[in-house]
Amino acid sequence: MNPLELARARPGPAFTVTFDGREMAALPGQTVAAALWAAGVMSWRSTRGEGRPRGVFCGIGVCFDCLVTVNDRPNQRACLVPLRPGDAIRTQESTGHDD
Amino acid sequence: MMGAACALYASRAGLDVVVVDRGPVAGGTTGAGEGNLLVSDKEPGPELELALLSARLWTDLAGELGGRIEYEPKGGLVVAAEPEGLAALEVFAAGQRAAGVTASGVAADQLDELEPYLAPGLAGGVFYPQDTQVMPTLAAAHLVRASGARLATGRTVTEVLRGADGAVRGVRTDRGEIHAPAVVNAAGTWGGELAALAGAHLPVLPRRGFVLVTEPLPRRVRHKVYAADYVADVASDSAALQTSPVVEGTAAGPVLIGASRERVGFDRSFSLPVLRALAAGATRLFPFLAEVRAMRSYLGFRPYLPDHLPAIGPDPRVPGLFHACGHEGAGIGLATGTGQLIAQVLSGADPALDLTPFRPERFAEEAA
Repeated sequence: MNPLELARARPGPAFTVTFDGREMAALPGQTVAAALWAAGVMSWRSTRGEGRPRGVFCGIGVCFDCLVTVNDRPNQRACLVPLRPGDAIRTQESTGHDD
Repeated sequence: MMGAACALYASRAGLDVVVVDRGPVAGGTTGAGEGNLLVSDKEPGPELELALLSARLWTDLAGELGGRIEYEPKGGLVVAAEPEGLAALEVFAAGQRAAGVTASGVAADQLDELEPYLAPGLAGGVFYPQDTQVMPTLAAAHLVRASGARLATGRTVTEVLRGADGAVRGVRTDRGEIHAPAVVNAAGTWGGELAALAGAHLPVLPRRGFVLVTEPLPRRVRHKVYAADYVADVASDSAALQTSPVVEGTAAGPVLIGASRERVGFDRSFSLPVLRALAAGATRLFPFLAEVRAMRSYLGFRPYLPDHLPAIGPDPRVPGLFHACGHEGAGIGLATGTGQLIAQVLSGADPALDLTPFRPERFAEEAA
């Protein structure tokens, strides 16, 4: 099974979101993490201590590894947040907060 | 934590030690706390003396292990919202100073220098530079490792073995016997059950507390900051829910928010009213927290004895049995001093503190 293929799902028409300013397609009901994976993006955060790349780890909202900034709000779990048309996803550096 | 500290100091006194834990390292109350090493919340008396002894020993250990256990001597700031509360706090601090605590008054217009994000309009506070924090799970693990003691995790003590003369000769576990002339009860909140296995009465009770954990943040809370009414809650005998705001940043980034106290047995169920009260108290102290996301919460059970003092030392009812439990919410901070005192009595030396206030047989059976 290829996780990039739809498993007999019949979602509504795709819409557009942005990732670091670039346009990207997403399907209704897709989480931020699912849309990023489908677009070939595996990493969207750098760690606080050593700036290491992070993406999905548990995928079920438990581990807080996949944190990402959506519509200027940092530290959201990419694996849980569903996308809406026009959402702006941004790579999160460190805590995602200034200063 | 308590077992790890007893193992460390007993090993350094030349004794052969086996640490037995039915769970993993730090799987009980140790892993459910905040890792506070506090003098600020203790009134003059035996617990404060133990805290001051422990603080000196933690400082020594920090030289060996400091970075690995996230030892952070950041200081504690106790604040009062109203002038009456501040006056009471200053009287309390004066008594502590006479007992050897370093405490300096902070005027309302100086609070901002210590904690720039603190709510405006507070009456003032007292700063305690000796208050320190460690990461408790790392501290327990590194103390056990540094002790060189044999570690038997996932092994439950089912019986305390005693000879014909009544003296302890080891323990039976679910995976075999371990023979030893001395057994130290460092079972924390479950210390009463272990004492009962040896036929000794020790009324350790659980006092539940929740901690709310925020998303990782830049360092905006610099010290351990809490409201003056926390001290009254710690010393209270009430079974009902009490919350008083305790807020602190951590080396890893999240802000930890406490503290709740309630006596509800070993009930592990999530409580929205408690967490709501914690969040409301914390945002009163630090308004910016209202915009911060809470990631998760955890809970634990403080081992509580009726007079709020731990049980430390030999049990005259059962030769060979020693107790090191019942430290309530201060077990991480008091672990080093307790460990050293236990090592001293185990090896026949004079303990550095008078153990009379901590004697384990001080509770009458009918009080249970």
